[in-house]
Parts: sequence; C-alpha cells; structure tokens
Amino acid sequence: MPVFDLSTTPLRELNSALHGLEPGTNDTRFEVVNPRGHHAVAVGIDSPVSVEVHGSVGYYCAGMNDGGTVTVHGSAGPGVAENMMSGTVIVEGDASQYAGATGRGGLLVIKGNAASRCGISMKGIDIVVHGSIGHMSAFMGQSGHLVVCGDAGEALGDSLYEAKLFVRGSVKSLGADCIEKRMKPKHLEKLAELLEKAGVTGVKPEEFRRYGSARKLYNFHIDNADAY
Amino acid sequence: MSYHNPLTPPRKSATFDDHTLAEIRRAAATGIYDIRGGGTKRKVPHFDDLLFLGASISRYPLEGYREKCETSVVLGTRFARKPIELKIPITIAGMSFGALSGNAKEALGRGATLAGTSTTTGDGGMTDEERGHSELLVYQYLPSRYGMNPRDLRRADAIEIVVGQGAKPGGGGMLLGQKISDRVAEMRTLPKGIDQRSACRHPDWTGPDDLEIKILELREITDWQKPIYVKVGGARPYYDTALAVKAGADVVVLDGMQGGTAATQDVFIEHVGMPTLACIRPAVQALQDLGLHRKVQLIVSGGIRSGADVAKALALGADAVSIGTAALVAIGDNDPKWEEEYRALGTTAGAYDDWHEGRDPAGITTQDPELAARLDPVTAGRRLANYLKVMTLEAQTIARACGKNRLHNLEPEDLCALTMEAAAMAKVPLAGTDWYPGKGGF
Repeated sequence: MPVFDLSTTPLRELNSALHGLEPGTNDTRFEVVNPRGHHAVAVGIDSPVSVEVHGSVGYYCAGMNDGGTVTVHGSAGPGVAENMMSGTVIVEGDASQYAGATGRGGLLVIKGNAASRCGISMKGIDIVVHGSIGHMSAFMGQSGHLVVCGDAGEALGDSLYEAKLFVRGSVKSLGADCIEKRMKPKHLEKLAELLEKAGVTGVKPEEFRRYGSARKLYNFHIDNADAY
Repeated sequence: MSYHNPLTPPRKSATFDDHTLAEIRRAAATGIYDIRGGGTKRKVPHFDDLLFLGASISRYPLEGYREKCETSVVLGTRFARKPIELKIPITIAGMSFGALSGNAKEALGRGATLAGTSTTTGDGGMTDEERGHSELLVYQYLPSRYGMNPRDLRRADAIEIVVGQGAKPGGGGMLLGQKISDRVAEMRTLPKGIDQRSACRHPDWTGPDDLEIKILELREITDWQKPIYVKVGGARPYYDTALAVKAGADVVVLDGMQGGTAATQDVFIEHVGMPTLACIRPAVQALQDLGLHRKVQLIVSGGIRSGADVAKALALGADAVSIGTAALVAIGDNDPKWEEEYRALGTTAGAYDDWHEGRDPAGITTQDPELAARLDPVTAGRRLANYLKVMTLEAQTIARACGKNRLHNLEPEDLCALTMEAAAMAKVPLAGTDWYPGKGGF
C-alpha cells in the first residue's frame, strides 16, 4: 500500500499518483499521513481507489471525487468533497463550511458536525451529518439528500430547488421558499437506506422531519419580491 | 396695430427625456424592472476617444503587405505546463449554451478555430459539439457550477474562473424558464421551465486567500497543465488584478461595462461598473508594479468592435482582447434581414436586446428548435472567421503605420486622446499637448 507522508512528500506527488493509475492496477489503496491541514488533498480522483487520510486536512479535500473512497481520520476544512461526482467521502471528525458544495453524486458522511453552508448548491450528492449543521445549509440546493441527525442552523434550504432535506433535531429557521413537507413512505425508505450507508445507528427514520421547496419562487413574480 | 403673442415651442425635459418617461410608465404598468441582454447603451468614454499618432520623422513605418507584423500571443506562461498559443490576439468571450443556441455555439467554435484563436464556454457547461468544433476551448468555472465536472475540466485547454463580468460586477444571472429546454435543464440539474438563477459569488470560496486555494485545487485536479484565467468585471481593476495575480492566476481577464450579458437588470447594466477604457491602465499598472506585465497576460473585453479597438487595447498594455457582442453580430445577431420580425417583437434591428426571452429571429439567443435552425453554423462560422481576420488586418495596418513589427509592440506613446476624460482614463496626452489630467500632480 503506497504511503504518502505529506510532511516530507509534496502534495503534487500524491495527487499525481492518484490520477495516473493504469487500468486494472492492484495498487488501489493509498494512505496519507501527516496531512497537517494541507489543502487539496486527494482531489480529482477518477478511479475506484481508497484513500485513508490520518489527520486533519485543509480546504477541498477529495474535491471533485469521481469514484474513490476517501476517509479522513480527523477533521476537514472548507469545501470537503466539493463537486463530488460519485464515490464516498467520510470525515470522522467535524467539517468546516461548504461541505459537499455543488456535489453531483456519491455519499458524503460527516461523523461530527458541519459548519455553515453545508450542501450549498448541491446537485445530486447525498450528505449525512451525524451531528448538527450551521446556517444557510443547502442554499439553492438543486437535488440530492441532506440528512442531519442533530440540529440545523438559520435559513435552512434558502431558495431551495429539488434537494430533499431531513433533520432529526431542531431547525433554527427556514430560508426563503423552504417548507416542512409530509414524510411519505418512500422518504422513510430512502432515509433508512442513507442512515445505514452512513453508519448511523440507534436512530429511526421516523424521528426526522422533511423539508423541501415550496416552489413559489421558481418563476420570478414581482409580488414575491419581499421573499428575498 | 395688432400684436401677436409668439409661442415658444414645447420643450421636453433633459432630465425626464422620452426614454426616462417611457421607462417610468413601463415600470408602473408591469411592476417589474427591465431585464435585457447586452452591455451598456449609454455613451461612455471609449476607444473612439483615442487616436494613433502614426509614423513621422522621428519613427518610420513598415510597409503594408510586405513587412511582417506578428500577431500571435501565448497565454498561460506563468505556471501552466501547457500554455496556449493564439495566432491572433482576439478571443471569443464566454457565452453559455442555454443563453445561446447549440448552432450559435458551434458557429463560434468554428469561426474561432478557422481564425486560430480560442472560444469559451459559459454558464451551463461544455457541450460535445462545442468541444468538437473548438480547437482551443476555455472552460469557465462559474459560481453556479451548472454543468461543472472534472471530465470537462480536463478536456478544456484553459480554465477561466469567473469572479465577475463587466455588464454586472457583483451580480449573478437569470436564465428565464422559457429558455430551459430539456437539454439545458439536464445539463444544469434543474427542472424544465423554471427560472435558473446563476449565483453572484462562488459557493465554496470568498476572498483572495480562498481563491488562491481554489486555484491550487484546480491545478492539482488538472495536474498543473491548464492555464488558469481569472475574470473580473471592471470595478476596481488595480486591486482586482493584483489580487488575482497574488492568488496565482496565469491570465487576468478584465471586462468593462460595455461587455454584454445574456440577461440582467437594465439598471445594473447601466449603473454598475466602469468603462473598459478606464480599466486598462490601472490593471496594467498593477502588473507592472508586481513585475509581471507580459508574464501574467491581460485580456481586455467590453466594447471591442474593430481592429482599431484591438490596437488601442494592446497599446495600453493588454496582451489580448475578447469579443462577445461583436462576435454575435458577425454571425447574424440583429441583422436587418429580420427587420419584419424584430418589428413584430416591438423592436428594430440593431436594438433587439430581449435575449432572455428566447425569441431571437436570428436563431442565436434562443433554444427554440425552429428559430435555432435558421442559423447555419458553417456559414456563420465562416462569417466570424472573416470578421476576426479583418480585425487583425486592421490592427496590423495601424501597428505598421506606427512602425511596429509586432502588435504587442504598440505602446501608450503611440496614442493621443480627443477628450479630457479619455486622456485621464487612458493616461495618454490630450491631442496637441503633452499633458493628461493627473500628470505631474495636476
């Protein structure tokens, strides 16, 4: 298993190795030690590799991941798994702002808390946060699921499109055009699936409430101007 | 003896002119501000207010059609492993598939390729047709991230991080529901028929320090191969240029208020941002202060129409220019041959700017299949290539007259200004003097 010690090895070597895999190679498991808050760790993965990062990372860890599995045994800075296409990213600690921003697919699991703007402009990604999330999360969320086992901050789902939000605890406030919606059996089923995938135990789907778009701001009308 | 009382003719207010009155009535009737495409329509100091001095006893000219005048430019020499070389210093600005029809995007790619230059994607992502017909394609990385994916990032020739644009520095965009076809909706991951807002700022970074890290991420994802541009609207050109350079840009794209947009509020277009002419010298000064002029390339856009404009922008210190509106006109936008249909839309050829409504008779700013089919991308591409070549020839004509064997050898000393405003903005002497406002502290 290739091990990259970022205290002695340039970041370029790690990312270059992750991008240069020959089809059919057996060396698909990577380990990163001493990340020491480095930015852009394991970005642009485009094959089903597995990367274990031992320590905390800076901005954009696993950015644009497409098919890889990246586990951060620590906390992650802003924009973890931003624009993820597919694959899985797991943060054992907390995540800073913009976690999963604009993600298009795959699963982002944050076992601690996530800061503000978690899932901003999400476009298909599934995000499961074991703890709580900060304000303005899922702003302009287009599609995908955001599951929060703890509480949500202010203005959840502001200007939401079709992303589906599930929160188990309290919601400080809902953003413009975001409303609570009835939980249907298909939602409970999806929620159960996501909780299981994210390793959440001792929590039932029925404990969550669902939020989504009221769709009143989908087409501009002057009478809705007060909403902004 | 009879007296008559002479009548003074009716006098309209200069403050409340006909356009202003009509806009007040329109706002009162509809309850919504005016949204339109294009750039500013007001008259602002521009390249027309500058003149070249030409050769004289102190400097000799080069022979047209005989002596070489080099036009090429290489972009991205600072950090990128694969800088791009353009045969001409005129590029095609970012315009989206969505705002423009597929045929229009194809035409832009064909024309740019024939002329040896690059074209640019826009909000909404990259289409296969656009990639296929563009030898050099710049991929815009925008706040909305519509259509953004690492595969397209890697198959681009350069990446342009869009911070702002001249028509609306600080503003996002709106693609109205009527232009959201199935394909546009799919590329943007949104339901068909709803208004699609393009965010005004990036979702995962704010400020120059974050931008530096974002650029690092993009370079790592693309293995440091692609030139990375940073595009800013003409607001604070000195500081924006300096900060883009500090963040690691290979190229700065600076768009003045004459630069067009697919759709935004008229009040935004007309009242926010600075004229292109006022933006160039501060940006060049920033590059010079950092010792990076010509090392970080500067692309200027916003109201470039002719080879004279190209030559003037380069003389003021730009490395290349970019055209959007002019390119659309070249392929057929606002062509008088559609006058009858423009009139049916309540406008006239040359004034049509409701690009957001998707009813463009020329088939360019539309997603209507029947209208879009009016534009033959092969013919339109040829027209664009012709236009680009004419602009290049015009710029060469001027450069030779100034004794330059390379367009990039043009310099501010080749220019004079016709107005005090232009002299102050371009920092070239008022014609017939050796002075411009601010020179020597006056």
